[in-house]
Amino acid sequence: MKSVKEFFASHKAAANVATVMAALLTGVANGAFGGGGGMLAVPAFTVLQGLEEKKAHATAVAAILPLSAVSAAIYILNGNFDPSFGYYVVGGVIAGGVIGSFLLKKISSTLLEFVFYGIMLAAGIRMLAS
Amino acid sequence: MNAGVILFILAGIAGGVIGGMGLGGGTLLIPILTVFLHVGGRQAAAINLISFIPMSIVSCVIHAKNKLLDVKKALLVAIPATVTGALTSFFAQRAPQSALTKAFAVFLICLAVVMIFSRTRALFSSIGGKLSKYPLFPRPDGERY
Repeated sequence: MKSVKEFFASHKAAANVATVMAALLTGVANGAFGGGGGMLAVPAFTVLQGLEEKKAHATAVAAILPLSAVSAAIYILNGNFDPSFGYYVVGGVIAGGVIGSFLLKKISSTLLEFVFYGIMLAAGIRMLAS
Repeated sequence: MNAGVILFILAGIAGGVIGGMGLGGGTLLIPILTVFLHVGGRQAAAINLISFIPMSIVSCVIHAKNKLLDVKKALLVAIPATVTGALTSFFAQRAPQSALTKAFAVFLICLAVVMIFSRTRALFSSIGGKLSKYPLFPRPDGERY
């Protein structure tokens, strides 16, 4: 992995072209599925732009914010937000987000990461099968 | 409060905790909503997009104070991503839901496989790299132990 990073560190133009391509895909994923763009943007910042993990996460959140706002507006205007249960989930996410950012400093996330990716894999297979 | 309301709040909390830890909350929240709570795909997408906004504004302010934000690089991604994001959101309103769900499923499976692979590699090299002599688990810096 380091050799890939070194390549892009010494070839800025190639790094920027690859970053823009990753950004285009980030937009496609976030627009079509409503999420998941961050999982493409973070590696783009670490591998292609050489940012360290924490900076890459912070920068990815900022990069996805305008795109999420535009996409959210398009979904809402097309009647795809149902407030009868939507607000409960949004409230839960905000509470969970605060809990998560505190937990980040307190617990090792390795086990949680494997559980999380296992759920992702299972959910993907289930969705494909249904 | 009925059971349904509590389930929706719990789903949100699960997604929020994972998102707050920087692991990709939306990739958990959307499957929970669609697979377990039978919410429509576009409804789940909208909920995830909306809940990301307040969260990310707060985290941007905090990260900017801690000088963790690289504004130039953020813009390099934000501008092209917003263009394709707007276009695909527009088309996603009309696309058949089953096609979107299948595409999302493939996306999730690919991400999960890549992440499990890279985390397993990182885990083994942090444990002591005993497996690094096997070509599947090289040390991240390319050296041999």
